[in-house]
Amino acid sequence: MKVLVPVKRVVDANVRVRVKADGSAVDIANVKLSMNPFDEIGVEEAVRLKEAGAASEVVVASCGVQGCQETLRTAMAAGADRGILVETDAELQPLAVAKLLKALVDKEQPQLVILGKQAIDDDANQVGQMLAALLGWPQATFASKVTVEAGKATVTREIDGGLETIEVDLPAVITADLRLNTPRYATLPNIMKAKKKPLDVVTPDTLGVDIAPRLTTLKLAEPQKREAGIRVADAAELLDKLRNVAQVI
Amino acid sequence: MTILVIAEHDNASLKRATLNAITAAGAAGGDIHVLVAGHGASAVVEQAANVAGVAEVLVADAPEYAHGLPENLAALVVSLASGYTHVIAASTAVGKNFMPRVAALLDSAQISDVIAFKAPDVFVRPIYAGNALATVQSSDAIKVVTIRPTAFDAAATGSAAAPSRAVASAAVFDEVRFVGQELTKSSRPELAAANIVVSGGRGMQNGDNFKLLDALADKLGAAVGASRAAVDAGFVPNDYQVGQTGKIVAPQLYIAVGISGAIQHLAGMKDSKVIVAINKDSEAPIFQVADYGLSADLFDAVPALTAALD
Repeated sequence: MKVLVPVKRVVDANVRVRVKADGSAVDIANVKLSMNPFDEIGVEEAVRLKEAGAASEVVVASCGVQGCQETLRTAMAAGADRGILVETDAELQPLAVAKLLKALVDKEQPQLVILGKQAIDDDANQVGQMLAALLGWPQATFASKVTVEAGKATVTREIDGGLETIEVDLPAVITADLRLNTPRYATLPNIMKAKKKPLDVVTPDTLGVDIAPRLTTLKLAEPQKREAGIRVADAAELLDKLRNVAQVI
Repeated sequence: MTILVIAEHDNASLKRATLNAITAAGAAGGDIHVLVAGHGASAVVEQAANVAGVAEVLVADAPEYAHGLPENLAALVVSLASGYTHVIAASTAVGKNFMPRVAALLDSAQISDVIAFKAPDVFVRPIYAGNALATVQSSDAIKVVTIRPTAFDAAATGSAAAPSRAVASAAVFDEVRFVGQELTKSSRPELAAANIVVSGGRGMQNGDNFKLLDALADKLGAAVGASRAAVDAGFVPNDYQVGQTGKIVAPQLYIAVGISGAIQHLAGMKDSKVIVAINKDSEAPIFQVADYGLSADLFDAVPALTAALD
């Protein structure tokens, strides 16, 4: 069984981004970029499936600028077998990414696609579901446990009130929640080996996919800033403030 | 202009987030239809019909809609969508699950977690864990929108009943089966809709110590939440998590206990009316957003606060 894992390069989770003064974009010049944390979990899960003998090959894919090759190398250092970059400088929105991934799935014929549940930059939480829809496959989103056997995946999902378990026939799309696993650190020898693994570069044109954005960003703004309040000395003073000043209890 | 709101429910009662979605639909303007897809959910149909602003309730009653599986729900919504300008659902675990499927099948770009409508086709949504607000315009014929429940008031209930009509089921998707659910039992208010939330972080040290927060929450009639650190450490179940990837809350009062205040946690609670931080590290980032900060050992401060509430 082949597993496809899409990965996204995003501003590192620990960076607090700023909106440019003209409101056109967030300022990501000279900011640290990393693999989206949910995608790291997706890669780890695929590699574990391979180590357990359930998967034969793990292919990672990314859509975006040339720099995304680094993200693919990171995924290969974590154990993926090869990478595919759909290279474009154009702005990519979730629907376009889902269409690009569908084209890759049609070509690669994986039985399972594992994505992160959301990217921490656009916070859309859409691509996995959209890809499943375009392929006509079942989806198991927000997965915290995955068992694959006999052409089926049993998936425990995180829902608002607790957990839910569903069973999907393969091929299927799974999106990873934080709880699914703890990604491993890539060792130096594995980072060196990853440099020799195959990395194909294709373009949206060769895949025949229209990636024109459907949403126009009119402007970006900083949210209203919350000012720090006051320090209180003890529980009694805190309670007094909450009752008599803030009047919330 | 007619808007379709997809009701979220457990076949017995309408979820509060749907009331927020109906208010959001009102902000977009136009007639509001509500779709109740379920099995044996007549009580939900009745509740939806009595919500202020609802012009009509569409009812799809069939076994395949019993558990809200997104494959079936999305196919149903798509079969109904052609008469509507907007399809709206709350950005809950259920809404996030099926709505992008609807959008892709309609070849429409979804706008996620909207916090304001500027015009019927212009929306505001947070990105980068709430550190930027994007105003976006959609050019799609049918706008597929999920709304952030805490950004819209709940629509009033108890108005005259709107008419309801049965709609035909869509094709059933066979490649997925519901196996079971394991819900966290709690007598406290629902986290996402509570007026007061008491949350614990890594500083709680273990799951047993959450009893301190339970006692405080019981006195305040509050819900109990947690940071990712507390959830990852196994102190409390995952559905307690407040933050970018957990629940977004905006209560009247948010009490953060032993929580440092990472970007990802703030994303889930910084729109609370009043924020209180109790933390022994007086440099913790949470104090930068707290209206009232108490730098003290939580193991002294929380019991003292609970006792003072008697």
